[in-house]
Formats: sequence, structure tokens, C-alpha cells
Amino acid sequence: MASVTDNPQVIVKPRSNAERKLDLGFIWLTRIFAIAVAATLIWITIQVAIQALPAIRQYGLGFIFSTTWDPVRNEYGALPQLVGTVFSSLIALLIAVPVGLGVAIFLSEDYLPPRIQMILVFLVELLAAIPSVVYGLWGIFVLIPLLKPLGEALNANLGWLPIFSTPLRGPGLLPASIVLSIMVLPTIAALSRDALISLHSDLRQAAVGLGATRWETILKVLLPSAVSGIVGAVMLALGRALGETMAVTMLIGNSNNISPSVLAPSNTIASLLANQFAEASGLQVSALMYAALLLFILTLLVNVLAQLLVSRVQRI
Amino acid sequence: MSKLEDKPVSGFPSRTLKRSPTSPRTLFGIVMTGLTFLCAVLAIVPLVAVLGYVIVQGISQLNTNAFTELPPPPLVEGGGFGNAILGTLIMVGIGALISIPFGVMAAIYLSEFSGGKIAYWIRFATNVLSGVPSIIVGVFAYVTVVLTTGTYSAWAGGFALSILMLPIVVRATEEALRLVPQEVRQAAVGLGASNFQAVSRVVLPAALPAIVTGTTLAIARAAGETAPLLFTALFTQFWPNWNNRLLEPTASLAVLVYNFATTPFKNQQEFAWAASFILVMMVLLTSIISRLATARRVY
Repeated sequence: MASVTDNPQVIVKPRSNAERKLDLGFIWLTRIFAIAVAATLIWITIQVAIQALPAIRQYGLGFIFSTTWDPVRNEYGALPQLVGTVFSSLIALLIAVPVGLGVAIFLSEDYLPPRIQMILVFLVELLAAIPSVVYGLWGIFVLIPLLKPLGEALNANLGWLPIFSTPLRGPGLLPASIVLSIMVLPTIAALSRDALISLHSDLRQAAVGLGATRWETILKVLLPSAVSGIVGAVMLALGRALGETMAVTMLIGNSNNISPSVLAPSNTIASLLANQFAEASGLQVSALMYAALLLFILTLLVNVLAQLLVSRVQRI
Repeated sequence: MSKLEDKPVSGFPSRTLKRSPTSPRTLFGIVMTGLTFLCAVLAIVPLVAVLGYVIVQGISQLNTNAFTELPPPPLVEGGGFGNAILGTLIMVGIGALISIPFGVMAAIYLSEFSGGKIAYWIRFATNVLSGVPSIIVGVFAYVTVVLTTGTYSAWAGGFALSILMLPIVVRATEEALRLVPQEVRQAAVGLGASNFQAVSRVVLPAALPAIVTGTTLAIARAAGETAPLLFTALFTQFWPNWNNRLLEPTASLAVLVYNFATTPFKNQQEFAWAASFILVMMVLLTSIISRLATARRVY
């Protein structure tokens, strides 16, 4: 650069070899960093798998079907936690999917002026930003006392149904699932809204031109066209719900029993890890690693599927 | 043509093109619109409920002692959580120091120098990484840092947080870089700038405000993360001891909320609300500021 100003006659100076190498080096440096980000994923898998190896050798696949978790006798099985993980997530989705889809439709149509719509979108996204430990605290002191009378009433009147067969004594599957549904709602709402908005406006115009009402257009044209994006959003929310730790740990009751009742305390793999990891030793650490590996594989599968579905939407 | 005009369109009463307020189609639409409106209200209710509770409960417990004193034992009045605030700052700082250079460099590659398959898969892996449960990241940090150094430490906590922040930083930076118009790069290269000069002197400065707000959001999120700190940083009742070079259990606001929320002691529960208030305010303010900042484009 200096030589250009020193000698005005030299306008184009060919780049020196060193400069060219520096430039190429810079590109390679960024490439290495980028690959390192992706490699982190593989690194996590390998590390957790290595630590889980002793437990995998000891228990094999029986770990998934055994219901005992007994650190005293060193016998471990993760069936109750697996069931709890899946159940709590599914109940959360049962609540969050209809509401989230409703929000997505409401905020993708022109019901509201754009400015108010943007504020609402921001508020819904804010739900996802609140730390999960705060949801847990709120759940313990506000939601559970609120749910107790409802749980008692359900047990008293519908107790013959297996899902209401126990009273709600405090923490349990239901409070945990409700808080989980609040936490995954923004994921479903925001991504489904993206999927609906990214649809070509020709679709809507064609439907309306054929005489369809607004809701006929939404139900028969827009939703079916956006279905891959919406399913992706739900899968992503499922991934979140499966791995969510703090709020669930604080609200689910951490009982290693399988109960058909949604009012009974239960447990999830994430809560199991949160509760026992710091005090575990020996084979228990390895068993916990095995459970972590199962959770990791589960969420990885769900996430990869979700990414494939969502990225298809973004490419259109 | 004339034939059509001559014939009156029978069987097609002129009134059908009007919208009838009592037709089942219209009623169905009104009901569905009402239902979605209800959904929007339902989504806002928990936000208001949580924020309202945390603000009301949190503000009443907050005073200057909270920032300067150590957590009280059960049933003892007074005290604060100064060590947890300091610990959170240290660990989030470590996380930011690792993840920001890493994330920004990776994003530069993705937005400036790549194209095609490698970038697609790296982007894919980054998205999947952001879906990895935070407790698994904690397990990973335990294996890689706690087991190798032999102690729970702020380093282990910071390392775990850095992995959680990494995908957010990459995505925010890449989006920020994409907002810089192509003409700016062409102008820089046209003036004889090398790739390195174009990126470091022209593209990055242009995207800097958006990158800063994106990373600030990542930092705010990391400050609220609890699960990865449970068995990497653990918790302590004491101030960080600088003589140990951060190689000792470290307190954090998020773990303090968890620990104190589950105790039966009233005074500790009050501190849980106060600490939650600080965490929520941090997230709230950074979210609003970043919203306002990214609404304005540089170019």
C-alpha cells in the first residue's frame, strides 16, 4: 500500500508471493475453524460413548428394558427414565402443537397491523429466552399450587381412568409437561409461521380466486403445502422437550417408578443426570453416561430429521 | 359470445356473490379465527405470568447487599449472592472468549469463502449442535475438563457454556455478514484488496453492530444455562479464590436459583426469586436492545 502513495506511477502492483500465501492461509484458517465447529458434534459423541463403555459391556441392551436403578447394589436400568422422557415430551407436544399452530396461523394472516404483529412475534419468541431454571422456580411456587385442586378433582371424579389413578401430591408428570409445553411453544409457533409465510402468494391467490374462503384456503391449501416445515418445527420442539433438564428436574418429582398416571411423580434421563451425576462414582458414572448416550442418540435422530425437513422449507 | 350475453344466466341468482353472514362457511371461518386468537392469548398468558411473578417477587428481595455479600446459611437473615454474580460473569466470560473467535471465523468461512457441499454440511452440523441437550454438553465438559484436571472448576463451566454459545454465534454472525451487500465486497476487491483485507477492513466492520448484538444474545442465553454447570462448576458458598487459578468449584446465579428453589428455607427461596429477577432482566434487556439494533441496517 505504501508504495502506491510513494510512487504515483505504479498503479497496479502484482501481489507478492507472501501476500498471496497470507491470503490463502486466512481462507484455510477460517475453513479449519468451520470444520472444527462441526467436529465438536463428533467429539461429543465419541467422548460420551467411551465413558459409557464399561456400562454398555456390563448391561448391554438389557439396560433399556430394566427398571431397577440401585446404586447400592450397582444394578442399573433406564426404562422408567426413558418412558418418563418420552411421555413428558409427548404430553407437552399434545398441548403445544395445537396452540402453537394456532399462534402461527394467527400471526401469518393479516388479522393485525404489521407493527402489532411484530410485537406479538417478539413476545412469543421471548418465551424461549427465559432461562429454564426460572420456569422451574415459577412452576414450584405458582403452577403446582394452582394445579393441586385440579389434580385432586380429576383423581376424585375420574380416578377409575388409569391416567388419573393417583392424587397430585405436588411435583409430577403433569406440571412438568405443562411447563415443557410453554417452553417448546415458541419453537413450534415461530418455525411454523416461517413455513406458512414462505409459501408462494400465488397459492393463496389461486385458492381465493376459485372462491375459497380464508379458512378453506388455510386448511386445504396453505397447511398441506407447509406440512414439511410444520412437521420439522414439531420435531425440533420434540428434540428440545426430550433434552430439557432444569424445569423438568424441579417439577417432575424424580421418582424412578413407572406409573400410568399423569399425576404421579416420574423421572427423565436428563433429570436423572442432573440429580445424580455430581455425587456418582464408579460404575454409576458409567451407567449415567450410558443413559446420557441414549438421550444423545435419541435427540440427535430427532434433530437431524427436523433439520432435514426445515432446511427443505428454507431452500424454496 | 353474443349467445352468452343474450341468455340470462338462469340458475345463478345474482345474490350468491354476496357474502352471507349466516352461511356455514362464514360461521366456520369466524369460529376458527376466534380459536386462533384464543391461541395467541394463551401463548402470551404464561409469559405475563412468569415475568410478572419474577419481577414482583424479585424486586422486593433486592437490595445492595445482594451484590456484595455471600449466600446466607438457612434461617439466617441478610446476605446476598455476590459470589454467584461474579462466578456467572467469569464463566460466561470464559465461554465468550472461546466461542466468539471460533464462531466468527467459522461464519466468515461459511458466508465468504464457501459454497456447495462442505458449507451445507457444516451449517447442518451447526444447527444440530444447537439442538444437543445442554445436560449432554455438561456431561461432555465433565469428561473433557473435570476428569482431566481432576477438579470441578470455572474452566469446566466456561468450556461447557462456550459449546452452547458456539452455534448461536455462528448463526448470528453469518446472518450479519449476509446482510452486507455484495457490491461492497466487489468494490473492495476492485480496489485491489485481498480476501483478507476485504473481510477484515470492509465486510466485518460493516457487519459489526449485528455481530455484537447477536453475540450479546448468546451471552445472555449462556448466563441463564444451569444444566451444564451442575457438575462442571458445581456450587460454593464462597468467593472465587484467585490463588487457585479458577481451579475450584464456582458459584453461579443459575445454579443458585436451582439449589435455593428446592430448599425448604424461606430466606433462601427469596434469594432464588431475586437471582431469577437478575437473570430475566438480563435476557429481557438484551432481547429488546438487539431487536431495536438489528431493525436498523447499516447499509
